[in-house]
Amino acid sequence: MILGRVTGSVVSTIHHPIVDGRKLLVAERLDQNGRSTGRYVIALDAIGAGKGETVLILDEGNGARQILEDANAPVRSLVVGIVDAMELGTN
Amino acid sequence: MLLGRVIGTVVPAVLVDEISAIPLLWVQPLDREGRPDGKPLVCADGTRMAGPGQMIYWVASREAALTLEPWFVPVDDAIVGLVDDVRLYAREDASR
Repeated sequence: MILGRVTGSVVSTIHHPIVDGRKLLVAERLDQNGRSTGRYVIALDAIGAGKGETVLILDEGNGARQILEDANAPVRSLVVGIVDAMELGTN
Repeated sequence: MLLGRVIGTVVPAVLVDEISAIPLLWVQPLDREGRPDGKPLVCADGTRMAGPGQMIYWVASREAALTLEPWFVPVDDAIVGLVDDVRLYAREDASR
């Protein structure tokens, strides 16, 4: 999983049926210190994450398909958690 | 998934049977502000509705193959949907 911050959303009317009724979030990718890496990903929302929140993004297709319960879903990135706090050890 | 803009079409003369009925489009990957980012690539169009100038989002690899009907055909990249609007929230912290 990767760390991200929700920085926007994508509005899409015409799309694959798996996107129906789901939110597409624009998330900037963060490093372990919560700083932006300059990269981003468009992820489907599985938990109701909102503006500015730090989130955990599952970035692997088979896991995403399990959560969506659709073996043929063309989805790789899925927001699966909202992060409250992080702590890094000194070593 | 990442953003992209359709910049052209590809008309193959000969194609393997599995993807012979699927439109192929040149796509310029974009950053989240909509600026070109990286080299253009050829995407199969799962929506069958994208055209030059359209902003889209696309996936690569196995997920690309799953986008299409029939599914699991030999493609690298495919368009999942068309973008009407990208809403970026205002940045609250200038240090980001």
